[in-house]
Amino acid sequence: MSAFQLLNGLTYAALLFVVASGFTLIFGLLRIVNLAHGALYLLGGYIGFAIATRTGSFALGGLGAMAAIAAIGLVLDQGLLRFVGDNELRQVLLTLGFAFVLDDMALVIWGGDSFTVPIPQMLKGGMRVFGVYYPTYRLFVLATGVVVFAGLWLLLNHTRLGALIRAGVDDAEMVEASGVNIRRVFLVTFLLGSALAGLGGLMGGAFLSLYPSADAEILVFSLAIVIIGGRGSLVGVGVGSLLVGLLNTLGQVMFPELAYFVIFGPMALLLAFRPLGLFGKATAA
Amino acid sequence: MKIAGMTSRAAVAVLVVLVIAAALPLLLSNYRIELATEILIFGVLAMSIDILSGFAGRTSLGHGAIFGVSGYVVVYASAQAGLSPAAAILLGVIAATLVAVVFALLAVRTSGVYFLLLTLALGMIVWGICLRWTQVTGGENGLRGDVRPAFLVGHRAFYWAVLAATTLVSYAMWRFVRSPFGLTLLGIRDSESRMKSLGYNVPLHLFIGFAVSGFFAGVAGALYALFNNFVSPSTVALQQSVEGVLMMIAGGVGTLFGGFVGAAAIIALENVVSAYTERWQTVLGLTFIVIMIFAPDGIIGMLRAILVFRFRSSPHIAEPRFELGNKDTS
Repeated sequence: MSAFQLLNGLTYAALLFVVASGFTLIFGLLRIVNLAHGALYLLGGYIGFAIATRTGSFALGGLGAMAAIAAIGLVLDQGLLRFVGDNELRQVLLTLGFAFVLDDMALVIWGGDSFTVPIPQMLKGGMRVFGVYYPTYRLFVLATGVVVFAGLWLLLNHTRLGALIRAGVDDAEMVEASGVNIRRVFLVTFLLGSALAGLGGLMGGAFLSLYPSADAEILVFSLAIVIIGGRGSLVGVGVGSLLVGLLNTLGQVMFPELAYFVIFGPMALLLAFRPLGLFGKATAA
Repeated sequence: MKIAGMTSRAAVAVLVVLVIAAALPLLLSNYRIELATEILIFGVLAMSIDILSGFAGRTSLGHGAIFGVSGYVVVYASAQAGLSPAAAILLGVIAATLVAVVFALLAVRTSGVYFLLLTLALGMIVWGICLRWTQVTGGENGLRGDVRPAFLVGHRAFYWAVLAATTLVSYAMWRFVRSPFGLTLLGIRDSESRMKSLGYNVPLHLFIGFAVSGFFAGVAGALYALFNNFVSPSTVALQQSVEGVLMMIAGGVGTLFGGFVGAAAIIALENVVSAYTERWQTVLGLTFIVIMIFAPDGIIGMLRAILVFRFRSSPHIAEPRFELGNKDTS
């Protein structure tokens, strides 16, 4: 693999990390598999695109996408999911129904054309890294991925909220019994996870472009990452994203028509030996 | 007295339903006959999902892909490779069963939400292959080809053929879930650890259950290929799996024959909605949300809840047995 392809894989992994970390945060703490996550990604991209083209500001687009998607997440969590209780299957299917509605609404508003979020002037063009000329924007995506990883790591390991989230992943009932309002922690996590999907949508929208089935592709990659990495583990998402991002790039170069197989093979092998993923822990719940 | 494993009352009821179903095309327009055919085909798909969901406690979100693979193989084998319809159907069902075997090998080690995730991811891989492997699958354009033999081209003839096939596989599925093997699956659904400690090989039972379920989904897919003469990535897409699951749930998890009720309800809804708006997907999504919140026991479950006030237990409907609804309803 050339340096150029390696960078492609790494930048794609960084994008996947941003999206999948939101997915695994929600899955890890709330035990909710939010199948609307892909739709939130796509919608975040569209909303970010709309704001960025109107205001001419990429940063505003990012903030707007995160805020809007967090708001939609709030509706999903407080308006719908609270009514189905703890039943996993009902939760999953409800989020799936929600995803169908979101996708269809996005199709009504933005149509079936593909859009590319405009890249800000200072990130246009390319620069020289590892002896290859590479697009600056994609390096920016890579940097953002690293920053998000660092931010989440600090949040989870060095703040009170992070301590509550980690405790909640291990045993939510115990946290509640010690006098913490775990519902509020759940809500904040859900909003944060959704906002990350929105951010991912804007970032991805600028180099992968936005089109009606983009959400399914991101969702299947996020699922693969969580299956590989394990539930609720930040390091697991990081390693999973790197694996999936690199394997996907490798697959597209070597077997363009069967690229999915290249991800699927290792995932299958892994599952045979570690059903809970690389960093997953069996829970008492 | 028992007739083909049924009580005589049940046998009479089945016979009445079959006679009505067989007489339907004499009364309906061609368009309605097509809808009825579609309901039968998707009823089989919903039942195949129910084998796993209602009787083994594992809901698959990948059965649309198994169904679709059969469809693809049938169309490819007959239109591209020039095989006879019978051979094409056979190959299609075999291919679907093989896909189910691969899915099962990976999925039987998981349960609960991981099973959902894994079957969903596997189904999406199949979709990705159908979309990208353009040389064989035709990519987004899909594959087209007249698969039906000449004597089945007419609407009525085809409906009767599908009805016959549906009756046969429904009976087979019913016998399967009532067999000692099916009862073992039920035991696994209710308590995996207890079955394990009784000496049952749980993964092996789940594996076989999945493969059998995939076989029946493959039959539905082959019938669909004959019905539609066309397959495209949307035939194997997540939405197909999801519609199958929704039909199964709408009919009532664990009721098996509820699959036909669910299929009829969803297809009728789709048909009515499509007359007024192009936003079927939104309506489907909303239906999903509403059923999950208000009627997780399905239409039959709801009717049963209403009927329970008037009659004591009905012999034709199995006890509610699923993980979907509230545990304290029964």
